[in-house]
Amino acid sequence: MQEALQFRAGTEVLDSRDFVEQARALRRQPDAAHPGLSLTIRGLRKSFGDHEVLRGIDLHIPSGQFVAIVGRSGCGKSTLLRLIAGLEPCDAGTIAFGEAARTEDIHSEDIRVMFQEPRLLPWARVLDNVEVGLGRARKSADAQARAERALGEVGLAEKRSQWPSVLSGGQKQRVALARALVGNPKVLAFDEPLGALDALTRISMQRLLEQVWRDQGFTAILVTHDVSEAVALADRVLVIENGRVAHDIDVTLHRPRQRGSAELARLEGAILRELLKGGEEQIGF
Amino acid sequence: MSLIDSLPRVRTLRLPRADGLVQWIVPLAIIVLWQAACSAGLVPSRVLPAPSDVALAGLKLARSGELFTNIWVSFWRAAIGFVIGGSIGFAFGLANGLSELSSKLTDTTLQMVRNVPHLALIPLVILWFGIDETAKLFLVALGVFFPVYINTLHGIRTVDPQLIEMGRIYGMSDRELFTRVIFPGALPSILVGLRFALGIMWLTLIVAETIAASSGLGYMAMQAREFMQIDVVVLSILIYALLGKLADSLSRLLERLTLSWHPAFQKR
Repeated sequence: MQEALQFRAGTEVLDSRDFVEQARALRRQPDAAHPGLSLTIRGLRKSFGDHEVLRGIDLHIPSGQFVAIVGRSGCGKSTLLRLIAGLEPCDAGTIAFGEAARTEDIHSEDIRVMFQEPRLLPWARVLDNVEVGLGRARKSADAQARAERALGEVGLAEKRSQWPSVLSGGQKQRVALARALVGNPKVLAFDEPLGALDALTRISMQRLLEQVWRDQGFTAILVTHDVSEAVALADRVLVIENGRVAHDIDVTLHRPRQRGSAELARLEGAILRELLKGGEEQIGF
Repeated sequence: MSLIDSLPRVRTLRLPRADGLVQWIVPLAIIVLWQAACSAGLVPSRVLPAPSDVALAGLKLARSGELFTNIWVSFWRAAIGFVIGGSIGFAFGLANGLSELSSKLTDTTLQMVRNVPHLALIPLVILWFGIDETAKLFLVALGVFFPVYINTLHGIRTVDPQLIEMGRIYGMSDRELFTRVIFPGALPSILVGLRFALGIMWLTLIVAETIAASSGLGYMAMQAREFMQIDVVVLSILIYALLGKLADSLSRLLERLTLSWHPAFQKR
């Protein structure tokens, strides 16, 4: 049902540009309508010293789903993301992408991460920074054309030969997004990517994220502390508490979602209440 | 108007075309005052000859070719010593910045040697090498080694680990990680080391030439002292100042060329 909903939402707003982009995406990925990889996590555990951050996570994320992970700070949501992205080894459990196990059979190029900081190379021009995202393909003949196209998708084509230091915070994050997108990732993990932006920039970035996700069809995993952002963007919201998935909530609202609508607000309120309740138990109210 | 209000205004008032000349106003004024004081007889010429006398002495030495020979000899020594010491320092800085093993093995030793004033080695160096070229090159190389080493090491160690993680996520090989992330990140610090090294290079060379040499600027000054030619002594000192300025300009130029990405070096 989720898939159907998503598909409907995808076709409703197809203007010609979307169509061209999607056709191109399909040509690049002839094997699947959804270029995204599904993700299966079983019994995932991770400790730092004596502190057990993740205490057995079991999770299945279907191909192309947009999942938001929320939780109080220190609940392990960022650690989960870092494990998924392969930035850190897990202590126990497995993470499988599609049919393949994490470590051997998956190209690291299929998984990209966007962080709270843009992490642009200050000594490389904007376009060169985007080209970094091509991974091993950056030496290919069409590397520059692909980087330019990705920069165009985030609306910064005219900044191609600027230094990152002259860009605003939002623009830097858009360059980081272009860098993540240019390699056509199958899973895109976001670690609080909009946390450092002002409210208005954040909303326009949310729209951009939603648009590129719909154009490209990757599986998106968004870690955020902002519940309204989670319900505005995601198909599904996971609430992590004490290193476990405490709630798994499907968000079946139509896209594009109206910010400030009653349904979104009700859902946001319900999730916030759960979060606060969990926290109060934790500190012993 | 408060001070803070006035700050950006000062910046816009800067005259970009005159920038190159403005810096010479103070040295020129000093020379003019100096000349005036000497001409008026306020300063006896045995203590400090007038700039015009110094210029005449310079002209005489230039005509005989002695001046250029000595400058050339000193310049050559400085350059060779700098290249040798700088390369070794850079190599050790890279090795110890990139490899934990190399750092454990050599850093402590190098830090101990660093704290020995290298000019204190002059007597030993003279016993080893006599007063021949090797002695000067050795001292210059040793003096240049440490600032380059320390700053290269520091630059590499302080490259943003988040950028390195980013590079790894995007599949950079070790080599690419070095050329695209680590080296550019360390470059500002390496250039600071270079600037320090250029200063130490002249200092070391002049001291070494003053004590033990048979040619070069330091030798020229010492010879002049023997014959009470105070104008030549002052001339030598002025030449040191100019050479120092030249070295500094060179390193600034390098900074401007290689750090154009850095906000501090962007033209407004």
